[in-house]
Amino acid sequence: MRVSLNWLKEYVDVPVSAVELADRLTLVGVAVEAVDEPGREIEGVHTGRVLEIKRHPNADRLVICKVDAGRGEPAVIVTGANNMQVGDIVPVALAGARLAGGLVIKRAKFRGVPSSGMLCAADELGIGDDHEGILILPPDLPVGVDVKPLLGLDDSILDMDLTPNRSDCLSILGVAREVATIFDTELRPVTGLPPTGSAIEGVRIDIEDPELCGRYVARMLKDVKIEPSPPWMQQRLTALGVRPISSIVDVTNYVMLELGQPMHAFDFDRVTGGHVIVRRARPGERMVTLDGAERQLTPEMLLIADPEVAIGIAGVMGGLDSEVTNETRTVLLESAYFNPISIRRTARELGLRSEASLRFEKGIDPDGCLRAANRAVELLERIGAAKAVSGAVDNYPAPYVPRTILVRPERVDQILGVSVPRADSARILHKLEFAPREADEGFLVSVPGHRPDVMREIDLIEEVARIYGYDRIENTLPYGAATPGFRTPEQMLLNQLRGLLAACGLTEVVTYSFVHPGVFDRLGLPADHALRDTLPLQNPLSEDQSVMRTLLFPGLLETLARNYHRRNVDAALFEVATVFRPRGDDVLPEERLILVIAMMGGTPDGWNLSKRPLDFYQLKGVLETVAQKIGLPPFEYVPAGEHPSFHPGRAAWVKAGDTVLGVMGELHPDVIESFELPAGSVACELDFDQIIRLDRETVKRYEGLPRYPSVERDLAFVIQAAVPVQDVVTLIQKGGGPLLQEVNLFDVYQGKQVGEGYRSLAFALRFQAPDRTLTDDAVNGYLEAIVQLLTEHTGATLRK
Amino acid sequence: MLERLEAIAQEIESSLARIDSLEQLEELRIRYLGKKGILTQVLRGMGSLSPEERPLVGKAANEVKVRIEGALTVRAGTLKELEKVVRLQTERIDVTLPGTRQLLGTKHPLTIIREEIEDIFLGLGYAIVEGPEVETDYYNFEALNFPKDHPARDMQDTFFFGPDVLLRTHTSPVQVHTFEKTAPRVPLKIIAPGRVYRQDDDATHSPMFHQVEGFAVDGRITFGDLKGTLTVFAQQMFSPQTKMRFRPSFFPFTEPSAEVDISCVICSGGGCRVCSHTGWLEILGAGMIHPRVLEMSGYDSEKVTGFAFGMGIERIAMLKYGIDDMRLFFDNDMRFLAQF
Repeated sequence: MRVSLNWLKEYVDVPVSAVELADRLTLVGVAVEAVDEPGREIEGVHTGRVLEIKRHPNADRLVICKVDAGRGEPAVIVTGANNMQVGDIVPVALAGARLAGGLVIKRAKFRGVPSSGMLCAADELGIGDDHEGILILPPDLPVGVDVKPLLGLDDSILDMDLTPNRSDCLSILGVAREVATIFDTELRPVTGLPPTGSAIEGVRIDIEDPELCGRYVARMLKDVKIEPSPPWMQQRLTALGVRPISSIVDVTNYVMLELGQPMHAFDFDRVTGGHVIVRRARPGERMVTLDGAERQLTPEMLLIADPEVAIGIAGVMGGLDSEVTNETRTVLLESAYFNPISIRRTARELGLRSEASLRFEKGIDPDGCLRAANRAVELLERIGAAKAVSGAVDNYPAPYVPRTILVRPERVDQILGVSVPRADSARILHKLEFAPREADEGFLVSVPGHRPDVMREIDLIEEVARIYGYDRIENTLPYGAATPGFRTPEQMLLNQLRGLLAACGLTEVVTYSFVHPGVFDRLGLPADHALRDTLPLQNPLSEDQSVMRTLLFPGLLETLARNYHRRNVDAALFEVATVFRPRGDDVLPEERLILVIAMMGGTPDGWNLSKRPLDFYQLKGVLETVAQKIGLPPFEYVPAGEHPSFHPGRAAWVKAGDTVLGVMGELHPDVIESFELPAGSVACELDFDQIIRLDRETVKRYEGLPRYPSVERDLAFVIQAAVPVQDVVTLIQKGGGPLLQEVNLFDVYQGKQVGEGYRSLAFALRFQAPDRTLTDDAVNGYLEAIVQLLTEHTGATLRK
Repeated sequence: MLERLEAIAQEIESSLARIDSLEQLEELRIRYLGKKGILTQVLRGMGSLSPEERPLVGKAANEVKVRIEGALTVRAGTLKELEKVVRLQTERIDVTLPGTRQLLGTKHPLTIIREEIEDIFLGLGYAIVEGPEVETDYYNFEALNFPKDHPARDMQDTFFFGPDVLLRTHTSPVQVHTFEKTAPRVPLKIIAPGRVYRQDDDATHSPMFHQVEGFAVDGRITFGDLKGTLTVFAQQMFSPQTKMRFRPSFFPFTEPSAEVDISCVICSGGGCRVCSHTGWLEILGAGMIHPRVLEMSGYDSEKVTGFAFGMGIERIAMLKYGIDDMRLFFDNDMRFLAQF
């Protein structure tokens, strides 16, 4: 909604500047986004009368005008325009005047003829884009007067950003009421030409559905002249963003902007029998609206009809057949109240949202219908566009009954935390037309028709608060029993996990929860894979974001690829986020928290170190570190050759006891290709909701530092390459017994020296006893046991 | 004999000055004090002295020996020090060579800001609660006093899965879940961070973004408490000099409602491009919890009151870090992420 300050001043005195008013309105909840001053730059442009028009002796396209600009001697002005005639009143900018855009007029010579200024087109005065000719002003204007007030160029336009509850401020009157309340000034009454009787001869209005149409007021005008409305009205409509059309339509729009009441004008001669029926559409009924489109109607929609056909969709758009045209002689003006929900649904279904439907769907004042109709009639007579027919039809089947609400001053104070003087509350409620009456416990107020948003006491407390001023409410902190602030164990673990992963060199990313349905193909998942069962959005922004993710790989792999394409070739990323998995008959999906990691490239290199690949073992090292630091026993890694997204020889299920937590490994070459990733990229997905359920050592138990020296020994075995290291380590631990504190694999060798199909594994073992210094003999005994076990179970031979 | 001893001592003392390495010093020591050394030889000759002379010469010889050994030790110390200085000179490195590059990780800026917000409210006694992202119409709208067909629903463009199932458009449904579990018990102080979704995508909107909801319910919570709490928050989050402005606004689930501005973090209120020359930056929406919301979830709105607020984590992060395009958060370019 845009509001003209000049228009506003017709209803209320404004004691401050436009900019200050904007601030004050914003601080009572009627937000002003911007203040436009269309004529800010214009200065010194006056009315003038064209006295003489002569051809320019040296230029075909120029003329020389003599203009009486009210300064005694007529001014001589050379111009290229040719739409004016002798006697016209035009805007004259003499040397020194300033136009829109800041152009300052100077004396000049055109082809040898001196010109003392210029005549102005509409665009040069900042009204519209019209540069076709000089702006011709009404002939009855005196010469030598400033054009700014005449053209509304002294006006300021407030661009409002209203909240949806304040439909009352979708009008000049509503904003004026706020201004009168803020400054405690008087709101001037709305004028109008009242009807002289309670009927119009030859007009009958029937409301078939009072649920959808609570009131229908009609007034009639005859001797209609369809012509442009006067410049002042056109200027105001334009300033508020409404295109001027013709006198009748302009007046209905003018009244809508002024009072908030949408109106419609029917060509009465097209209304069969003078009989208007307000009814629901019949099944299958169609009509052509005034934009020329044929509309398919449903019985949910309310129509304005005559006994034969529909002549308009109530509150949304009129019909083409009953539209006011140049031939129209008699007009029936509609000023009605329609059910907001019905209008909202109809407008949405037909995709027709207009200034009128917007107001109806937010709720207009049912008590204001007649007043608005009278105002329109007054304006039409005043501008000479028509003559009023006496009488009016006012079909008001269920008159508005104001809601009565008790406002308790102590409740006001209790909610706000400040003591608002009773007189202040009373004044505020009175100015906003809630008619407060003193009662035992406080005030009884009556909610006026223009405030459909006010339902109960709290709404009125807000009214008091916003006018009283939020800035006058003192800052306090809640008083009462203290509450413990805490994170849950899950939240703490998540934070710890994020910190650990960052400490391991991984960077956290955040990706969208919705993905392209094709990602499952790119991940190589078989057609019947359970994770293909997704939750699709009904109204996605694009196919790329059309189904909820059931796993986190896609977002992370796409992020890797995007970085790779931007030459960020080394990256180690992680994300912790929700996946959504449909749950049979439950409408809500299962939401699980998943941790995903992906890496490509290598560690940083430099003059003193070489790159290490971010490969399977780097990833595994991260997982091992994380498991240890969050207090879990080491995970187990079981070959996962069957996982479709991973390299069949370089993938592992990550397990804790019998629980599979997820999968890790090098991505399958097909996946790498489809995501356009560098070869060897690795990834891992772990189910956080499983991890949180594992039995963790959440509080670390301190272990005493060893008091006796340890004994270190190295052992190297040659063993079949197919034997997993984990099996070897298990046997070493078994043979080494409880005093074996550490088994560190420090070398793996495969090559000629050990023979085809074999490898050499070298371990550093550390033995330590808590209560004594170990002797060589004792340690040798354990070593023998280890060698014996390994030889027996794996055929390993000790390397000497 | 005594003269001989004195001569040796002076001989050593004069050669010491010319010795400039520990090796030469050792040679000198062996030459005089070694098993076959000159001084040793002289002392062996003491046997031929008379019993009267022997103690006298013995004492003098011992003094000479101590004197020489002392001089050798002093010289050795000096030479060691010298050699260390020389060695350290040769061990010089180029300190301007770059340090060893680390594999660096970091949390996402949205996580960093979320944790900062959480920590401030933890200190004020708020517990952290999370809720589902796929919601029913009831929890996202109805129970928050957005009736069906109400124009207020236009404020939030919603992603739907079906007529009643949707992606939450705000974290406010957590209020309803929490009330249902807790009512009629008070006090309640909760913050609820999480992902939310709206059908919008440009430089200042993202179809997925993050909010932190906060709410407190107790016997006598006031609008002043809301103002005070948010002022404490903003001054910790931005700076102790941050000024606050509360503008009346409208949200279906709070009343009275407010939009909250802070003085511009760039120009401190003087007016600049970031604050559109207003001096103010909008950071969140807030208000007293609408009595109907409390009632629908089992509280007696005559006995308890509450406030609620909701802020966009992206918005706070953009203001704090000076980020001008919201899409950067979800683009995840390493060069962007590495800056935090």
